[in-house]
Amino acid sequence: MSRLKNVLWLLALVALVLFPLLETNPTYTSIGIFTLIFMGCATSWNMFSGYSGYVNLGSAVFYGSGAYTIALLANHLHVPANGDLFWFVPLGGLVAMIVAIPVGAIALRVRRHTFVVITIAIFFVFQLSAINFSFTGGTSGLELPYISWFVTNFNTPFYYMALGIVVFATLLSVAVRRSRFGLQLLAIRDDEDRAAGLGVKVFAVKLTGYTLSAFAVGMGGALYAIFAGQIYPQFVFDPIFDISIALMAIFGGLGTLLGPLLGALILESMQQYLTIRFSNGSLYLVIFGALFLVVVLFMPQGIVVYARDLFSNYASRHEEGAMVVDPATSAGTPS
Amino acid sequence: MNGTAVIHSVIDGVLTGSVYALMATGLTLIFGVMDIINVAQGIFVILGAYLSYTLSVHLGIDLFVGLAITIPTLFLVGVVVERVFLSRIKGPEKVVMSILVTYAISLVIEGILNMVFTVNDVELHAWYVSRSVLVFGTYLPYIYLLGFGLAVVLLGALYVMLYRTRFGASVRASLADQAAAALVGINVKNVSTICFGIGIAVTAAGGMIYGATNAFNASSSYDLISRLLVIIVLGGMGSIGGALVAGIMMITIEDMVSVIWGPVWSSLTFFLILVIVLSIRPQGLFGKQSVRMA
Repeated sequence: MSRLKNVLWLLALVALVLFPLLETNPTYTSIGIFTLIFMGCATSWNMFSGYSGYVNLGSAVFYGSGAYTIALLANHLHVPANGDLFWFVPLGGLVAMIVAIPVGAIALRVRRHTFVVITIAIFFVFQLSAINFSFTGGTSGLELPYISWFVTNFNTPFYYMALGIVVFATLLSVAVRRSRFGLQLLAIRDDEDRAAGLGVKVFAVKLTGYTLSAFAVGMGGALYAIFAGQIYPQFVFDPIFDISIALMAIFGGLGTLLGPLLGALILESMQQYLTIRFSNGSLYLVIFGALFLVVVLFMPQGIVVYARDLFSNYASRHEEGAMVVDPATSAGTPS
Repeated sequence: MNGTAVIHSVIDGVLTGSVYALMATGLTLIFGVMDIINVAQGIFVILGAYLSYTLSVHLGIDLFVGLAITIPTLFLVGVVVERVFLSRIKGPEKVVMSILVTYAISLVIEGILNMVFTVNDVELHAWYVSRSVLVFGTYLPYIYLLGFGLAVVLLGALYVMLYRTRFGASVRASLADQAAAALVGINVKNVSTICFGIGIAVTAAGGMIYGATNAFNASSSYDLISRLLVIIVLGGMGSIGGALVAGIMMITIEDMVSVIWGPVWSSLTFFLILVIVLSIRPQGLFGKQSVRMA
């Protein structure tokens, strides 16, 4: 079973690698790039919020910090308009982590539901600062050098860079999940007071998780900045981004590995496609909201866990002598 | 900047702040009784504003008279939303799930409002919106005074309901401890439904005043909800008195900063105050520090 799982993961990766070779229409490869950026961000978000239960609705703080880092560097260091700019993408992630330390130190002083509200407030502090300060270019934002490639398809390098971020975020998430540190995060989710009583340094663990999760999100923002060529404060510090990331992870399955990847893959590609297909954004809001309502109310564990339960129920009914899986116990365990 | 302008901004802030306090009271009541963070409060305010707009433009009903229709309508909307969606949320992650469910509801309403009313800004009109009265050497539109009066009357009514009736006693018992309230025979389920209805009903009044003092469209709800959330967190979640004080205080400070340093800094100050206060007092100004929190 475990070997089959690994083969499936590998097949999925191969499919993602092959996608831009088979599909050269820039409209669709652009959808691919955005989808991958969101897959990376949702996975990274899940690594902290999914494991610890502290829902962060201010992840755009990291995204925007990464985007502004690369835009400011490109403008002040006069980085040539070619692939060199890609070397600065990890730097965007690093700056996002540095930003995360003081922000987390303030936000993590409070428990769960107040934490949610504080992350929203801190997000607005960042958005309004980006609008008000002069070095960020105010409402007109910052422009990045236009990139000229010597490759046939403009989008391809961006696609593979985004894929790299997804692979990195996924591997980091697996590593955290399998480590002692990951277990401490899960213990905090289940019962923070008891975890503290058992000797988990809860504040340090939470802050480390929060800071780690900033890296991939910051890189996503940096990559977006290069790809878009121009950033505006209201687009890189976007409240819809905050909530979308959370929705994707929960839609797929909070705390699972596959959930955020699948959630982002389905929701982001659907959103991009629908936006191109029907320019009516309001109709999209209604469909998206209704769909999300159904998922949260009827499959609160997310589609991945829901499908796994369905499958195991089906298997136990059809295979004689098969072990009956109790949905109550299997639903709560993250894979 | 001069003295009159500052005094004017304080008067302004207290008057509009009272309307925010009213809307925030609804939000904090819902949280206190039901453990639900109603992120849809902002869009309900806008829904209330659009209802008043429809009544006044298409049927020629005065804004304040129209409240007799919009307040019960939103109360019913609240009751239906609670019974159909929110009562299904259970389990240890209830607060987080409630944020997601109410956010989804808010998206649906936002989409519908955009389709019905388009995204162009509208404003509510009446004679008392455009005319002003001289107060302490500055001109104030009548609507500010009327809005303040309305907020005071409704908050007073809420106070009487909470502290002078049997139902209010059950609400306060549920605020203090849901399990204990259920044990002494209070029907917490019904109390929750009615509280959610009341929490939404106050947005009809708040929305009417908001629509008369600001141009709005459906996306104004983001600005509203972020402010209302800050107010209830600052006041201490579930504390009604805290929501009142924080509402008036925050809007007044925001108006003063706007006059002294300029409007671009006012919103920034608004959120910064929350961050600073919570670094010193994580439970908010009037919040109680629970012994053990989930």
